[in-house]
Amino acid sequence: MMNNVTGERLRVQKKSEWMLNNIVTIIFIVFTIFGFFVSDGVSVNYFLTELSSRFFRNAFLVLSLIIPVVAGLGLNFGIVVGAMAGQISIAIVRYFGLGGFSGLILTFLLALPIAGIFGYFTGLLYNKTRGQEMIASLIVGFFANGIYQFLFLFVVGIIIKVPSSHPMIKPDGVGVRMTVDLVPVEDGGLKYALDNIMEIPFMWAVLMISVVVLGLQILRVTRNKNKLVNKSNNFMTIINFVICIILMIISIHAIITESSLMMVRDVPVVTGLLIVALCIFNELILKTKLGQDFRSVGQSQQIAEVSGINVDRTRIIATIMSTVLASWGQIMFLQNMGTLNTYNAHTQIGMFSVASILVGGASTQNAKVSNALLGTILFNSMFIMSPEIGQSLFGNALLGEYFRTFMVYGVIGLALGLHVWRSNKKGKITLDGEE
Amino acid sequence: MTQVDKKSSSFLKDIVSKIGLPTIIIAVFWVGLLISGGFLGISMATLLSDTLKRAGMNGVLVLAMVPSIQSGTGPNFALPVGIVCGLFAIVCSIELGFTGLSWLLVSISFAILLASVVGYLYGKLLNAVKGSEMTIATYTGFSIAAFMCLFWLMLPFKHPNMRWFMGKGLRETVQLDVIGAAQILNNFLRFEIAGVIIPTGLLLTFLFFCLLFWIFSKSKSGIAISAGGSGPRFSQAAGININRNRILANVISTIFGAVGIIVYSQSYGYAQLYNAPLMMAFPAVAAVLIGGATASKAKVSHVIIGVILFQGLLTTALPVANQVFAGTDLSEIMRMVIQNGIILYALTQVKGGDK
Repeated sequence: MMNNVTGERLRVQKKSEWMLNNIVTIIFIVFTIFGFFVSDGVSVNYFLTELSSRFFRNAFLVLSLIIPVVAGLGLNFGIVVGAMAGQISIAIVRYFGLGGFSGLILTFLLALPIAGIFGYFTGLLYNKTRGQEMIASLIVGFFANGIYQFLFLFVVGIIIKVPSSHPMIKPDGVGVRMTVDLVPVEDGGLKYALDNIMEIPFMWAVLMISVVVLGLQILRVTRNKNKLVNKSNNFMTIINFVICIILMIISIHAIITESSLMMVRDVPVVTGLLIVALCIFNELILKTKLGQDFRSVGQSQQIAEVSGINVDRTRIIATIMSTVLASWGQIMFLQNMGTLNTYNAHTQIGMFSVASILVGGASTQNAKVSNALLGTILFNSMFIMSPEIGQSLFGNALLGEYFRTFMVYGVIGLALGLHVWRSNKKGKITLDGEE
Repeated sequence: MTQVDKKSSSFLKDIVSKIGLPTIIIAVFWVGLLISGGFLGISMATLLSDTLKRAGMNGVLVLAMVPSIQSGTGPNFALPVGIVCGLFAIVCSIELGFTGLSWLLVSISFAILLASVVGYLYGKLLNAVKGSEMTIATYTGFSIAAFMCLFWLMLPFKHPNMRWFMGKGLRETVQLDVIGAAQILNNFLRFEIAGVIIPTGLLLTFLFFCLLFWIFSKSKSGIAISAGGSGPRFSQAAGININRNRILANVISTIFGAVGIIVYSQSYGYAQLYNAPLMMAFPAVAAVLIGGATASKAKVSHVIIGVILFQGLLTTALPVANQVFAGTDLSEIMRMVIQNGIILYALTQVKGGDK
């Protein structure tokens, strides 16, 4: 327990610390707004279309990062391994020419054991590299990439015999092509297999989501009536209320007047529902025994061990879950892209997802669903805006591209650095100058 | 009989534990590759001269890992920080019109100056983030390299050798042979033995820096650095200023990174800007680990052994793989698996965490 003086000091610092805690998020909000001001090439429609399709592509992957954080493994850059598992199962399904909705279900089912095994091994490794999981997970991604390439370039064709006439295989009969077309659903493929099931106009989706969120907020307020709610929480609730109501008004207005906002691309409902389901799953699992184990392992492995939790096993389960979810996320991502970029599709997934969740305000020890969702929106806004900003400010879109890369790495570095720095400082206050 | 057996097995064990199992495995693998290359009709002399050249090229970069490991900050995953300092020094001295040997000297001295300042700041950063140095260092390196992409693109340098033909900024690769700076070190006192080309100047430079650091590590502050790395609390009790030593070690490491890229570029004949430095830390980390270093202990000898083994393996694998699987990229895949596998192996040996 903190002694009183320190507690007092920490409380006084709260205002300035709030800024510091959310600095990364604030930078991104400011950046996106700034982008709207300077760039004239981006219409609201274009922006929203891009943003919504990117959001539905990425959110699942970003959400798969939450469980390891709760279990104290830090940010799992190793979801790249999960993404590879997803791609392997896509490649299998594609090779046998299966597709459509049933093919998609098969892909998900196939990915489950593959990603499960990968996750198990990754988990074992994380247990061996305790305290260095993040760098280990980063390197695991690179390492697995080597094996993945070996599998797709050599094993397919040399060890597993395949006909060289297959459209997936390189003409010389060895290895998978650089890009594999996933074939539209109508022709028996996987492209849009999930998205196409049901689509509704963007504004209707906005309306529905804001109604639901508003309902949830009201429910929470009425439930917590008697409890003491602290001020900043209150403040956030009011802001949420206002945002929901504004969004409702805008969407109703757009639907009634058939304004240009209705031109924004339709939203895939099933993908959205799956994302919502994962959010609920993430929340619910923390209420189970397993979730409590994750939490206590995340807080202190020693205490968890003493209280009879099998720490190693819990950590492995967390890794397996994250890996499996990531593999499904990658399948959802790729069915939306429509092509499997065999050797590149997975390489950036880890970085981008981690950057997204950090932008949403998560740290290595605390990540929530709201961090993931907000982060995905903000991070992808930056992605859409940066070439435009580069173009209109410096007359060079390439500059924007480089800027984008810089932001990805910079955000991860800055957020991690600030977090470690802060916890080191806190450690100093309580433990009185101990190194 | 049994006694002899025991003796020899413990002797074997001693050797294995002294050299390190990964080192032995890699060495055996390399020799195997060399021999199979010989059977496939690839000239052994070419392979060996390539190995020597590549080892000399990468040596100083690998050496940069030693001071930071010794100081307890782990392998310098932020090597790109030093590398961009060196690259900046290279383009500056080209812009100022230096050529040949004077180019080399000017860029090295400017690089050392710049890298000292940058390394100092980087050391400060590492002191602020004690406990997660490796992850933070990796991202520091990544973001610096990415930031320099912007910088190279906006740099108003005018030298016709470096500019894009249109627009502002520098080219992706700056040719060094045009200013007479390619392979100066390689060609200095170069000679041949039985077809093996010895790039004397290059190797001497590498060994010179190794010697320099070795002497330093025997000095008082060198010993203080490694003491601080191996037992922080103990050495603090002994009155050693650990934070200062960590900064000093990272300054040295950054300087080696900067000088290393100059040595590398002159041998390669090009200075590569933009995304080239991004991933350069990983092969260097792997090389020193292959040489027998761990994430918390490293010596100069590890650098020499490691860089020869790792680069030798890569140079040998390429022609051999090409012979066996024509037109494929097997050696690149092998590099990825070995390089990252060895880093992972080293990470599992780190004792840490709160369990």
